Amino acid sequence: MKLLKLVPDNTNIKFLRWRVPFYVISLLLMAASLGLVFTKGLNLGVDFIGGQMIRVTFTQSAEAPVGPLRGEIEALGYGEPIIQRYGKPNEISIRMKLPEGADHDSGLSDKMARTITADIKAKHADARVDGVDSVSGKVSGELWHSAVLSLGLAALAVAAYIWLRFEWQFGIGALFSLVHDVTLTLGLFAVTQLEFDLTIVAALLTLIGYSLNDTIVVYDRIRENLKKYRKMPMPELLDLSVNETLHRTLATSLSMLITLTALLLLGPGVIFGFTAAITLGIFVGTYSSIYMAAPILIWLKVTSKSFVPTENALEKQERLAREGA
Amino acid sequence: MLEFPRWKVIWLWAITLLAALAAAPSIATVMGFTIPAGIYAPKVNLGLDLAGGSHILLEADPSQVRQQRIEGMDESVRNKLKQANPDIRISDISNRDGALTFLVEDPAKVDAVREAILPLTNGAGLTGARDWTINVIDGNRFVLTPTPEGIDQAVAQAMETAVEVVRKRIDALGTREPTIIRSGANRIVVQVPGLQDPQALKNLLGQTAKLEFKLVDTTALQSDIQRGVAPPGSEIVPYAAGKDGGPVGSIAVKRLGGIRGDQLTNAQVTNNQQTNEPQVAITFNTEGGARFAKLTTQNVNKPFAIILDGKVLSAPNINEPILGGSAVISGNFTTQAASNLAISLRSGALPVDLKVVEERTVGPDLGADSIRKGMIAMAVGTLALVAFILAVYGRFGMYACIALVFNVLMILGIMALIGTTLTLPGIAGFVLTIGAAVDANVLINERIREERHRGRRVFQAVEMGYKEASRAIFDANITNVIAAMSMAAFGTGPVRGFAIVLLIGIATSVFTAVTMTRMWVAQWLRKARPTEIAL
Repeated sequence: MKLLKLVPDNTNIKFLRWRVPFYVISLLLMAASLGLVFTKGLNLGVDFIGGQMIRVTFTQSAEAPVGPLRGEIEALGYGEPIIQRYGKPNEISIRMKLPEGADHDSGLSDKMARTITADIKAKHADARVDGVDSVSGKVSGELWHSAVLSLGLAALAVAAYIWLRFEWQFGIGALFSLVHDVTLTLGLFAVTQLEFDLTIVAALLTLIGYSLNDTIVVYDRIRENLKKYRKMPMPELLDLSVNETLHRTLATSLSMLITLTALLLLGPGVIFGFTAAITLGIFVGTYSSIYMAAPILIWLKVTSKSFVPTENALEKQERLAREGA
Repeated sequence: MLEFPRWKVIWLWAITLLAALAAAPSIATVMGFTIPAGIYAPKVNLGLDLAGGSHILLEADPSQVRQQRIEGMDESVRNKLKQANPDIRISDISNRDGALTFLVEDPAKVDAVREAILPLTNGAGLTGARDWTINVIDGNRFVLTPTPEGIDQAVAQAMETAVEVVRKRIDALGTREPTIIRSGANRIVVQVPGLQDPQALKNLLGQTAKLEFKLVDTTALQSDIQRGVAPPGSEIVPYAAGKDGGPVGSIAVKRLGGIRGDQLTNAQVTNNQQTNEPQVAITFNTEGGARFAKLTTQNVNKPFAIILDGKVLSAPNINEPILGGSAVISGNFTTQAASNLAISLRSGALPVDLKVVEERTVGPDLGADSIRKGMIAMAVGTLALVAFILAVYGRFGMYACIALVFNVLMILGIMALIGTTLTLPGIAGFVLTIGAAVDANVLINERIREERHRGRRVFQAVEMGYKEASRAIFDANITNVIAAMSMAAFGTGPVRGFAIVLLIGIATSVFTAVTMTRMWVAQWLRKARPTEIAL
């Protein structure tokens, strides 16, 4: 049986030739993402800004009647609702600010939830209330704080680990490509205004772990080649390393994307944003391990001298054979 | 690397099969089989977001504990100094602003006072830390401030008691399998699967149920009460809002000389035979009964107020001494309110007020829907992935796919064995793990292919492939562990569920994708002795 080859053997794409333009593009994209996050803002869920979220599915309708609902809920006098579809078009979340004084008397927010759900059920026979979340401002503040903290700490911890296992330049490269991946994913959330809740932070943390996988495989190969080809110029060596691992990079990324696509298209709507974040992260992570993590090593002046030669007997034998040939 | 002695093969298979076997009950349940009772069948718990139910986060206010301690000290100091012989007179007592202050009228007795109250301020703990600091300013003004250590300890004790009380009350509601755990210094997480309307539960938990009997200050002028001014030694307490037609407004009661209604053996809802209104009959224990008898004997023909959580329920007249150790509380109750009060009194008062700061309720349909969709996505994703891996890696891909199946079973099995909870993001974690687990095989197979291209013979190439790839596999998985650990540390319920699936998945995938496939490949190489492999 003939096996499927994702790239031909001995592929030699000069990736690093385009490192400057790609770096410029990436930096621009990062700046744009950050700009969007700060101007347009993230659509923060009740997890992070407090309030009440009611999830409703209209079981018999193809599409949720968002327009009429908005008017109906506003008429109840609790303020303006934020109504958003998630997953399927007939699944919506309704977000409200908690009523005045709810911090002292949680009965007030209960009453609001009851009033709203009763009103929806009365006016829409097929409405199924799937859940009510009420988060006080105090708790949401803490959740936001710990989310930011855990993202920062996780990024620093993995970078420190890379530094420990490789060299400091690699640690910086890994950290930079991480920041790149997370920033672009945040940009996606600012553009699409998908709801940004606790699970999205979990997605970003996952992404930190997985996007580094590719970076590590490429770095591992670079280190190996640095010991092997001690006289090869860096750009050439990096190209060689990236090309040697290219088939693997593609195979792994495709494996992840296959399962993630299934989850995105067929999986539960509630975690659509979560899956979308990880899927984009895998894409961006693959790109960044080639164009962000590798070239930075040239600018940080990594050379074969960065590593103490520790070739084993077999490697030595190989090197001698090569140099002899 | 490719040596597998018989004992090792047996061990590896035993671990794999045992873990996979533990997944059987969970799978059987999902497929609709019922497992007969009496068989040990660990199952994966479903989180609230899948099973439906209520999650409630309760918070106590530490400053309330602080104030309670200061008021308690107020009472202790007064009693202590009253007992002193000759008695020591103090005045200008204040328990406001986070400290207890008072003036000793005779400055010569400052040392005597200090000596008298010193035993009250020692910590109960073994650490030797003092619970209170005593300062004397202006010569004769005492300032007693609770130390942070003392407060922390008091909060911890109060929370411990609160958890017990909450548990008793929820058990009294008869809901099934609630989870009640402390969270942080002053919070309690309550999770009740299947509960759709948490209102009754919250009403019950929102009631501190601190019952007090205090004498009514009949000297207070109605106009003063309306202005909120209490006579010295008294305080103004509002009536509780009951059903329509009950008393409204406030009354003045004497601060001291009352008793607490915490020494009860029973509390039950009964019906008042005359009015047919629900009321709560309470029975004191021996000590509480004696105190109640004393209070009623000394104050015959005076009114006393029954106060619950700082609100007056009723203020009946004491017609005769009540010596039997039981009493009836009527307070214009609804049946529901009377029943809640009875449960709350039976379970004991909460040592602190609890406030709901976060609440999440999930309907049962959403969870079922999510499980179904998650399973479909997982099945389709796995099949597509298997096709892809077989197409790219042939026989070696087949080993990877078999390892994948065992991997999924092992994750489920281990989750069932250690009793973790599967949440909605956890399902995504499963799908993700499936995609990521083949990465190890991809790395190994690519390496074997490369070694073959360099001209190594089959056996040596496979050996080198496993050896060289394991370094990158190890490093990559460590970073995933770091990310998942920070998730487990920061996340609540669903997110932590996801992190746990990831962590278990990382461990099992290294085991199945590296160790097990190596064993299978080695066995095949030994048997078939191929000189060429398709990769």
